[in-house]
Amino acid sequence: MTSSGETISGTGKSAEIKAEYKKFVGRKILFILFSLALIFIIAGVAATLGSANITFLETYSTILHRFFPDHFHTRWLADVVIWNLRLPRILMGILAGIGLAVAGTMMQGILRNPLASPFTLGISAGAGFGAALAITFSAGFIAGEYLIIGNAFFFALIPTFIILGLTRYRRATPETMVLAGIAMLYIFGAATTLIEYFAEAEAVKMAVFWMVGSLGRALWKDLLPVSIVLAVCVPLLMWKSWDVNVMGAGDETAKSLGVNVERTRIFILMIATLLTAGIISFVGTIGFIGLVAPHMCRMVIGGDNRFLIPASGLFGAALLLGADTVARTIIAPVILPVGVLTAFMGGPMFLYLIIRRKRREYW
Amino acid sequence: MKLKVKDVEFSYGSVQVLKDVSIELAASEMLSVVGPNGAGKSTLLRCIDRILKPQRGDILLDGRDIKEMHLMELARKVGYIPQSSAQVFPATVFDTVLMGRRPHLGWKSSEEDTEKVLETLQLLDIEDLAMRDINELSGGQQQKVFIARALTQEPEVLLLDEPTSNLDIRHQLEVMDIIKNIVREKGIAAIMAIHDLNLASRYAGRIIMMNGGKIFAAGNPASVLTPENIKHVYGVEVKVNNHDERPYIVPIRPVRQCGDRAESIERN
Repeated sequence: MTSSGETISGTGKSAEIKAEYKKFVGRKILFILFSLALIFIIAGVAATLGSANITFLETYSTILHRFFPDHFHTRWLADVVIWNLRLPRILMGILAGIGLAVAGTMMQGILRNPLASPFTLGISAGAGFGAALAITFSAGFIAGEYLIIGNAFFFALIPTFIILGLTRYRRATPETMVLAGIAMLYIFGAATTLIEYFAEAEAVKMAVFWMVGSLGRALWKDLLPVSIVLAVCVPLLMWKSWDVNVMGAGDETAKSLGVNVERTRIFILMIATLLTAGIISFVGTIGFIGLVAPHMCRMVIGGDNRFLIPASGLFGAALLLGADTVARTIIAPVILPVGVLTAFMGGPMFLYLIIRRKRREYW
Repeated sequence: MKLKVKDVEFSYGSVQVLKDVSIELAASEMLSVVGPNGAGKSTLLRCIDRILKPQRGDILLDGRDIKEMHLMELARKVGYIPQSSAQVFPATVFDTVLMGRRPHLGWKSSEEDTEKVLETLQLLDIEDLAMRDINELSGGQQQKVFIARALTQEPEVLLLDEPTSNLDIRHQLEVMDIIKNIVREKGIAAIMAIHDLNLASRYAGRIIMMNGGKIFAAGNPASVLTPENIKHVYGVEVKVNNHDERPYIVPIRPVRQCGDRAESIERN
């Protein structure tokens, strides 16, 4: 069987398939590079927009000035506005977009469910409850900033722990996990409503805004913990991408191919939850990115998670950044929370893609 | 003996599905497992591939207990072909077949893996489908892709769960011929759960008839596929003709069943 490799690759058809497959892989890589370029362009545009007038080139010059002060020049105003106000927001948008999209990709993958996302598994509901708890029962918003982040993070993990607890009694099948996730969504949603029902009007407003999600609260010091979470979780998920591919063919097939299906599913759910919690505790429960970015990328490059993870991460970042840019400018000087825009822009875009697509649907 | 199944018992909760099942299988042998719905055919295959873990009994591969093997090691020796696709998200045929290399490869697939995939696609004559999405294919084409995936796994034992259940008669014959040739040429031992008694009769060297989780009869097609056995196990009156030295079953009518269906009236 091994010796025939030479002769096979010599035949026309095999060579043709190989060339076609290489082209397919090339297209995936091209899409990843395109998404990366998109991030840089949108980030540049986003940094120019705002009440202070700074051009696109000046923006990049200002950024590069800090690294190469001899080669790039800037004004004091541009420096302050870009570095203190706009960059943290932009970078947080990139990090959050990457994390939410990657987490969504892997949740959909392990559950073989196109509707899986941090929302459907109750992670967002848990975080929302934690935040509402902190907002309502702590003294002031500003003093309690870390309280909210910590609380949201902690409660975001709880639904997943409960789901994983259930798998001690029921096997960790996609059905069990999705249904348990929906149950979590309702329980924590109801608990949040209960708190809000008895809370002060101002606190309710704050909690509601928190849940919509916004990049406006992003500070330089927040970027470090979020980066660390990403740097730990994303490579771990990448590492398991082959196993998730195999699990896509069904649990039995995956088992027969040597994958410890249940353990892998639990491991990935834990990492994806950690990733999501690390992000939404800082920016609020920004929806839709985790759901649509993976789908959009699958439509372009297919379902191979080895490529899909980086692609949807970068594309998700571009998407979130784009949405935030629109949110900042559409009715300036009023800045809308980005979570509203992701849903408003993502929804119709998603519908359009569903209608337009010629290939057979997968749900 | 390639594969030895010894006194295996399996229960889902309190429902016992397999009772004292013992099978021996040599290399290059093709064994068909027949029996009514719920007889335990699929469960038996899943136990052999450790998809399910039997509560009692041993399964030995080349004399080694599969319980003591690493998952990946078992995956290099035993291939499993499911009845139908569970694929939700898009996947090309090429990538699907490449999954068969999972037990052999690291994170990145190598040139050798690509060659193996191409070789198998050619063997099954599905090269034209290579870049198509698995969900766009017909049942027969999908079944061939699954066989290709299991073959790139390079297993020594192949387990097939009703490989022809969704296929038209042309694809049934094509798929069965492919399996038969592979078993002979590559020296693979194959166990196939199958509903179609005539296909089983035509292609299998040996047949095991299961009933209520037990082996009811085992042996060559002529000795197992008798009107008495079929009446007892399926509750169907049949006429058995002789066609090319093999029994050919013509069903006549269902009959009222009497007595304990699971009772064994003969072994071999």
